Order: sequence, then structure tokens, then C-alpha cells
Amino acid sequence: MRITQGCFSFLPDLTDTQIAAQVNYCLEQGWAVSLEFTDDPHPRNTYWNMWGLPMFDLRDPAGVIGELKACRDANPETYIRINAFDSTKGWETVRMSFIVQRPTAEPGFRLVRQESKGRSLHYTMESYAVGRNPEGARYAP
Amino acid sequence: MGAADTPQQILDPKKRYQAGVLKYAQMGYWDADYEPKDTDVLAVFRITPQEGVDPIEAAAAVAGESSTATWTVVWTDRLTACDKYRAKAYRIDPVPGQEGQYFCWVAYDLDLFEEGSIANLTASIIGNVFSFKPLKAARLEDMRLPVAYVKTFRGPPTGIVVERERLEKYGRPLLGATMKPKLGLSGKNYGRVVYEALRGGLDFTKDDENINSQPFMHWRDRFLYCMEGVNQAAAQTGESKGHYLNITAGTMEEMYKRAEFARDLGSCIVMIDLVIGWTAIQSISNWCRDNDMILHMHRAGHGTYTRQKNHGVSFRVIAKWLRLAGVDHLHAGTAVGKLEGDPMTVQGFYNVCRDTVTKQDLTRGLFFEQDWASIKRVMPVASGGIHAGQMHQLLGLFGDEVVLQFGGGTIGHPMGIQAGATANRVALEAMVLARNEGRDIANEGPQILADAAKWCQPLRAALDTWGDITFNYTSTDTSDFVPTASVA
Repeated sequence: MRITQGCFSFLPDLTDTQIAAQVNYCLEQGWAVSLEFTDDPHPRNTYWNMWGLPMFDLRDPAGVIGELKACRDANPETYIRINAFDSTKGWETVRMSFIVQRPTAEPGFRLVRQESKGRSLHYTMESYAVGRNPEGARYAP
Repeated sequence: MGAADTPQQILDPKKRYQAGVLKYAQMGYWDADYEPKDTDVLAVFRITPQEGVDPIEAAAAVAGESSTATWTVVWTDRLTACDKYRAKAYRIDPVPGQEGQYFCWVAYDLDLFEEGSIANLTASIIGNVFSFKPLKAARLEDMRLPVAYVKTFRGPPTGIVVERERLEKYGRPLLGATMKPKLGLSGKNYGRVVYEALRGGLDFTKDDENINSQPFMHWRDRFLYCMEGVNQAAAQTGESKGHYLNITAGTMEEMYKRAEFARDLGSCIVMIDLVIGWTAIQSISNWCRDNDMILHMHRAGHGTYTRQKNHGVSFRVIAKWLRLAGVDHLHAGTAVGKLEGDPMTVQGFYNVCRDTVTKQDLTRGLFFEQDWASIKRVMPVASGGIHAGQMHQLLGLFGDEVVLQFGGGTIGHPMGIQAGATANRVALEAMVLARNEGRDIANEGPQILADAAKWCQPLRAALDTWGDITFNYTSTDTSDFVPTASVA
């Protein structure tokens, strides 16, 4: 499967040149770019691991591409996303987010249907990536 | 403005309160020297006085009939601080290019209105003045709602920022589709359409305005099968998905019951129709706040009073009231689709939904600056006769903070519903990518789509099917401050 989070998942994977162009757009908007990675892209897993702090004072996309390469080297076979944060009044939130690395095989999710009253079902999604390994193997100490 | 013999306010109390009938201007509802206070509610009406009716007297009548006046003098006014409670018409201008029509400005003291009640506001402002005989027609064009009054409302329960954070979707318009045919499908078949559209790449699917609980599909069946489709699609794509479950019903009790079932099944969003009325809207908005629910508003019925520009209420006013009343999504027009909408006028509606401060902009029909006092933003929805081939126009007109809904343009795709959804999503992402790269999408848009269609067969098929479809009719509801043309 291919998870379709982020604003460019339906396009072919972006090249580093394309990524740099998008980062440049974010910087032009005055947004702070950051990198996050995880093995568990559950849609309710809000807090991926931060790769350093948001690069608030960065003006050159090359800096992000350098950090992206370092993040990829340290975390192969994970998902990495680029977020762009807008600190202006009334937004103060992420304005853009897109995936820039995926594992070779994406394990996806299991949909658990718990039968309930009448015909009701309680739905739960579980990441196969989480069930596959114990917590201690998933995180650095 | 007005005839030289326009009646003046009578200041001598003995004459003013003598039993009998006076002109509204004589009673004090016209004051050309009035300086509106920051706390006043302001309104601009477009009025068409009957033959022989002085426009200033007509404006004074509008102010009178929408505040304290009746047709004759009443001595009981003198038991009140009546100068304060009288609305004041303070300015009148002929409408450019429309003979016999006038814009009249009216100021209302804040104390005329109950806090936090759109029902009360509307009962005053549009309560009976629109049937007033001396006017052939009247239209409420715009309002300025003072910060002091805005702050008495809770506004959208979720807002654009929190909706996106809940869904974890940023940097592009959201995509939706209304299920078709809008009437007749069984619950099981309906849920199939939901699943296919979400699985193919849409973020949301939607009940139509008149899907409630009919013999062919009872509401519980619809909710159960739709949520199966939503969850199945979410698991297979790893992406948050939603279906606007329409909870519109005959009574509030029934609406709460449906809302609770939607919540218990895990739905992130419910939907209501505008026809349920202001009090019901504010009540369900409170429920949504208490239940972490996004509230989608379908503006069913608005065309009966928003479309003709000489009579009714402009949709920009309806949008302002709905932002105060508290909805998260609001259908606000497409400009390029099958339904009424001049592009500049529609952009004005979008500004009302999304701005923190809406600037005065007469070419977009915005008569006042409106400070929204940090009340949340409403996500506008563009729906009705739009397709993938218009993606560059839609993105250019409306930007990222919008839900683009392609109903027929998804479900009618020759390769199937999933392919239709994929075509729309690919077209959207390709266009956002290109815009961000600095390309001129207004001119290069068709080429950008054609390039993406080289590797995306569903998009190719969509462009082949609908690429040339336009709804190129002259708009009815346009600003009279500039000549405007419909978009091809």
C-alpha cells in the first residue's frame, strides 16, 4: 500500500530538486520548516519524532536538504515528512506538510471491527508497524 | 439627496409627540450628521422606493421599521430613552447604473440586540421592513457587526485551523463529493459510493441537502454503511477521511439523536441544512463544541432570497450571520460551476468566511471593514458543476483554504468512482505543486493538467470527458461598483 498523507502523495515521489522548490515556497511565505520521522504513520499519531527544532531563521532551502539527507541516513526505512509552520496571528499552525521518504514496503493498517449494540461497530485502526516490534526495538534509548 | 422638501426631524417635544401620523424623518429616523459609534451595528440596504416616495423618507422608514417605529406617533416613546433606541439612517447614495435604487446606511445602537442571538438580530433587521408598502423592493447588502457584539457569539465550533490539525491535512484544498443520485440509493449501495470515492483519494464525501430518512434509506442504515465506507477507506490509505452525515430532521430532539449516533460511530463531521433555522443552528453548534465535531452547513434554500439583487438578503450577510452562529463549513459558491456566482462577488463571500479582518472592498460587495475579533475561520465549500479541468481556475480564485467538491465529476467518471476521485486528487496536487514552484497556473494550467494526465490515466479520461464543459451564463448577483463578467 501507499499511504496518502501529505499534500503530494498522489504524485510520483518528489526529487530533491522538487523538494527544494517547495521548501523555497515555504520560506517565501515566512514559514519555518521542520523535519519529522516515524515508523508509525497512524493518522491519529500526531507527534512524530522531531529531527531537531523547526528551522526558524533559515533562509536557504539547501539547509533543509542537508538536514533531510542526514535524517534519511540516520533513519532509513521510516517515513519522513517536511512541515512548514506559520506563526502569524490567526494561524499559528502547520500550513503545509508532505512526505519525503517512505519505507520500501509500507505495512499499512489493520481495521478492527468490534461488534456492539444493534448493528453498530466500533472501529479501530492499528499500525502493523507497531505490532511487529516491541517498543524497545522501535525507539532509540 | 432627496427632494428639497425632505422632512426634518421635529425637535420640539410637544409637536413631536402630538397624536397623529408623522414622516419617519420627522420622527428622527434620518440624521445626516450622525457619526456611527464603534459599538453600533451598521447595515446597508439597497432600496427601491415606490414612485413619488422621497428616498430619504424611505431610508428613514427602513431605519424606523427595523427598530422602534410604528406607523403613528405613540406617547409611550417618552417613557424610554427613545433617541438611543431609534435606528438612524445617516447616508444615502444612488446605486451606480440602477435608476430608482439607493443604498441607504443605517446605524443601530448595540442595546437593541440580545447578545448571542442571530434570531433576535434578524427579527430586527429583516423582521418586517421587507414587506413595507412604500418600498417596491429592499435588499440587505451588508452589515458591520461591532467587536462588542461579535464577542457575544462563540462562532465556529472547530474552525479551519483545528479542522486541519484534526485531519492532519495541510497545504492544499480539501476534496469532497456529494453522493449521487441524491435520492433513491439503499444504505448499502450508498455506502459503496462513499467508500469508492474516499478510497480513490477524496477527503470527504457528503450527503445531499434532502437526504434525511426516506423510505428507500432510513437514517440509521445510512449512518452505519457510510461509516463502514469511511473507516475502510481510512485504513487502506492511512489518511483521515470523513462523510458529512446530514442530521437535519423535523425536530431538535431528532437532530440530537442523529448527531449522537454519528458521534458514537466515530464520525468526525455532521451536516445540517440552512432551512433548519437560526436557533437550531446555534443549538447544534453548541452540541458540536461539546462533542469535538466539525459542523458542515449546506445553504439549502438561500437562493430564494440571495440571488436577485434588488430584493432579499445578500449571501455575504448570511455568511456573516453563519460565522457568528457557528458553522465550520459553508457552501459559498464556485464562480465557475453550474450555480449562480460572479467571481468577485463570490470571492467576497470567501473573505467573510476566512478573514481575521475583512477589508472594505466595494468591487467584491464588501461595504464595511469587519473585525472578526479572533472568532474562528469558516472553511468555504465550492460545490456544484465543477470538474478536474477547472483546477487551475479554482485554485487561483480560492487558494488553499477551501473544500472543492466534485460530485458528478467524481461519480460520473467513465472508469469508475475511484478513478474519478484519483483524477481530481492528482489534478489538485499537480496544480498546487506547480503553483508553489512559481508557475503561472492561470495560463499554464491546462498544460500542467495535460502533463499530469500523461502518467495518470484517470485524469486523462476526466479531461477527455469534461475538459470543455463550462457554465458560461451572466451572473445575477454582481457588484454595481464595477462591470463584471462571468468566468468561462
